[in-house]
Amino acid sequence: MTDTTNGSLNGKGLALIPRAEGKQTLKDFKSDQEVRWCPGCGDYAILAAVQSFLPELGLKRENIVFVSGIGCSSRFPYYLNTYGFHSIHGRAPAIATGLAASRPDLSVWVITGDGDALSIGGNHLIHALRRNVNLNILLFNNRIYGLTKGQYSPTSEVGKITKSTPMGSLDKPFNPISLALGAEAGFVARTIDSDRKHLQSVLRQAAAHRGTSLVEIYQNCNIFNDGAFDTLKDPATRDEITIRLEHGQPIVFGTGDNEQAVRLSPYGGVEVVRRSEASDDQILVHDAHNPDPSPAFALSRLDEPAFQHVPIGVFRSIDRPSYDHLLNEQVRAATADKGAGSLADLLHGGDTWQIN
Amino acid sequence: MTKQVQQLDRVIIRFAGDSGDGMQLTGDRFTAETAQFGNDLSTLPNFPAEIRAPAGTLPGVSSFQLHFADHDILTPGDAPNVLVAMNPAALKANLADLPRRADIIANIDEFTKRNLVKVGYAGNPIEDDSLAEWRLHAVPLTSLTVRALEGFDISKKDAERAKNMFALGLLSWLYSRPTEGTIAFLEAKFARKPEIAKANIAAFQAGWNYGETTESFSTSYEIKPATLRPGTYRNISGNQALAYGLIAASVQARLPLFLGSYPITPASDILHELSRHKHFGIRTFQAEDEIAGVAAALGAAFGGSLGVTTTSGPGVALKAETVGLAVTTELPLIVVDVQRAGPSTGMPTKTEQTDLLMAMFGRNGESPVPVFAPATPSDCFTMAVEAARIAVKYRTPVMLLSDGYLANGSEPWRIPEIDELPDISVRFTTAPNGDDGTMYLPYLRDPATLARPWAVPGTPGLEHRIGGIEKADGSGNISYDPNNHDRMVRLRQAKIDGIDVPPLEVDDPDGDARVLVLGWGSTYGPIAAAVRRVRKDGGKVAQAHLRHLNPLPANTCEVLRSYDKVLLPEINLGQLAMLLRARFLVDVITYNQVRGLPFKAAELAAVIQDVIDSD
Repeated sequence: MTDTTNGSLNGKGLALIPRAEGKQTLKDFKSDQEVRWCPGCGDYAILAAVQSFLPELGLKRENIVFVSGIGCSSRFPYYLNTYGFHSIHGRAPAIATGLAASRPDLSVWVITGDGDALSIGGNHLIHALRRNVNLNILLFNNRIYGLTKGQYSPTSEVGKITKSTPMGSLDKPFNPISLALGAEAGFVARTIDSDRKHLQSVLRQAAAHRGTSLVEIYQNCNIFNDGAFDTLKDPATRDEITIRLEHGQPIVFGTGDNEQAVRLSPYGGVEVVRRSEASDDQILVHDAHNPDPSPAFALSRLDEPAFQHVPIGVFRSIDRPSYDHLLNEQVRAATADKGAGSLADLLHGGDTWQIN
Repeated sequence: MTKQVQQLDRVIIRFAGDSGDGMQLTGDRFTAETAQFGNDLSTLPNFPAEIRAPAGTLPGVSSFQLHFADHDILTPGDAPNVLVAMNPAALKANLADLPRRADIIANIDEFTKRNLVKVGYAGNPIEDDSLAEWRLHAVPLTSLTVRALEGFDISKKDAERAKNMFALGLLSWLYSRPTEGTIAFLEAKFARKPEIAKANIAAFQAGWNYGETTESFSTSYEIKPATLRPGTYRNISGNQALAYGLIAASVQARLPLFLGSYPITPASDILHELSRHKHFGIRTFQAEDEIAGVAAALGAAFGGSLGVTTTSGPGVALKAETVGLAVTTELPLIVVDVQRAGPSTGMPTKTEQTDLLMAMFGRNGESPVPVFAPATPSDCFTMAVEAARIAVKYRTPVMLLSDGYLANGSEPWRIPEIDELPDISVRFTTAPNGDDGTMYLPYLRDPATLARPWAVPGTPGLEHRIGGIEKADGSGNISYDPNNHDRMVRLRQAKIDGIDVPPLEVDDPDGDARVLVLGWGSTYGPIAAAVRRVRKDGGKVAQAHLRHLNPLPANTCEVLRSYDKVLLPEINLGQLAMLLRARFLVDVITYNQVRGLPFKAAELAAVIQDVIDSD
């Protein structure tokens, strides 16, 4: 019988990856390549956050691989002194799946954007999430196409005026968190490029998760969609909009008279009410480990209408067997059962006859 | 009654029935008995793409043709000597292929008015004299089977379903086949349903006994074992041979096999076969689509696995961009295309050689890949190992073009000794290769092969980035330098052009033929059989067969130019002909069919004779 649990690997996404000897620094993870994003791009902040976060994992650098697709963010691997694979549009999750499934000793990171992951690569993304290979997918969402110079993306708001939509875009955007939860993802989180501390704390939890983790990172494109997330960054508005999810904590946000809370709504979802209107026992306590994804999904819908309230943090983090573990377990079980394969036995299997 | 036994040198039998009648299984079993007996053989299954077309209709007819002989043979045969027709549809669909005086064994129980009307018969051909030119054996297969199974605790439906085993028993008697293998097979197949197993065995034996006692068969036949090269043999289909070849390649390369694949006819059996052999360290991954299949295989190759994807033409179309990525990242990858009739969905269960130009050129940019094609079902083993040898040696994707005819056809295969297989083991790069002793240059090439080094993740000090963007020669860093791009395009081409492929061998027994018949891929059997016929009639003809299509063997031009005429039969509209004309300015004579079926030896023989005579 195949072991269908993660066994001792639960919550230990890095358990099979060799540890580095000695202390690493940010410098160890910088490559010699000149960074070529537009000045002011949110990608710089994310790169710096990742470079300074990686030493903390304490993994052998040669056992870390960054795989990307196509788009501005997908240049990311060139700037890290790890193994890297800059692939083709939308396919990074599939390439990373083959790599991670065959090499459980690697820490594999996928760098993708809203166009790469949600348009051309949508199919690979949802299947990676349900399949649960040990991958960390960082989805840089700037709600615009940057590298092709400014067309609307599958996360752009309806009515977006761009070069390809001079009269406004017509299609409803994806909510990446809702999509990931619907695709059976075991780890789903959201963070912001400008909040390094929060970003790194989410990355830390994603790395520790055994299986596929999806981290949506709001990332500002200062050329084609500047200020898309300003309301989350502006001190005048951010506290009334941003909901910081923390496992085990009641979901409250805002300050003073504007303090608000999230409670179950009578219509099956969740709703935001003034803190004073909700009794303590009505306030939803965030449970990222809830096997039922419904509350996390309801939280993901709080930004409807667009950006009214935006939860950030880990929406969902549950343990379930990772695909690579199960696959390698089948290989192990078959070998234990039949012995290591003998080519001569294989070729001579079935009905044979002798000609002298 | 004493029955006569007549000696024959070869027989072609076609089993035909409804797709639910178990004709493929019947054919497989007869083939196994025949292989066990020691005849040479070749098979051709022919079945509809529909899993269960409406019962008793012409589109629902499934057939299995088997050619076996006391000498070595090359094709499943042009025209059957015996047709087993399980219903009127099977008779109607196959009669046109049947030469006069051939035997027809028809299951008269199914020749009811309703079934006859269903396929457009006005009368009953069994009863009127429309089959007078054939030797008709009207046998009530269904009712005889049901009667033979009266004592069994099974439903009438299950009893009726055993009629294919009754037919197999009858044919086994008729051609003096050994029966132990089939009995053992049925016991194993129905191990969990012992009553069904016993009933099927009883039906099989009843069929044998019926042949021995009935007066409608006065003669049985013997076909002596063939004299083949000494060795241990098994019967093998192209898809199975290809799967075994991939496993052998993995063992010989000392790399774990990773198969990324999406089910598609007629390639799925390779996925099925490989998924059964995980104890060889094989990881099979059924992907969400064709693109993910090849992408995962490429990702695994980056990690040091032998990456393989298996598909058919529509899948190759989808994988094109990823194959291009493998071309530019110069990673080993095997892309198996089991060709089928196109364009688009085409005819999924029918064979064609129409993907050659797609394999050669179906990618953006200058994107050369080696293209190889096995010649026979068992050659799929050899060419799978060859594809892996080239992929790992030159760090390149390789296209392996099988087709539906090879995939499902089978033949006896002399099992190679393990030490006959090439050692294709690779050495990963583990140390810096730069002048300064610390740098790793992922595009610093081996001067002999032009292959780049292969350093896999987990190797300390060799951390590097590769990707689809043009790379600087040597360092592999992103480069938009015009001269560098020109150099890299030419280097990638030169690497493929320089691959060591064996020379093209010519079979020209007297050395004085003026006409060469050239072929590639699965046409080998029919062409070679046709060449034999022409020579038997005194014609002079040479034969050569290409298994390496890119690069072509170095002597190809010389061979083509040394004959007055080159005839090139292809199951397409002249794809290799186009390449040869462009490369060598040799105006080959084309002969093309795209009927979803292999060539017949007789028609090719006539074409060859015409070319010889047309001086």
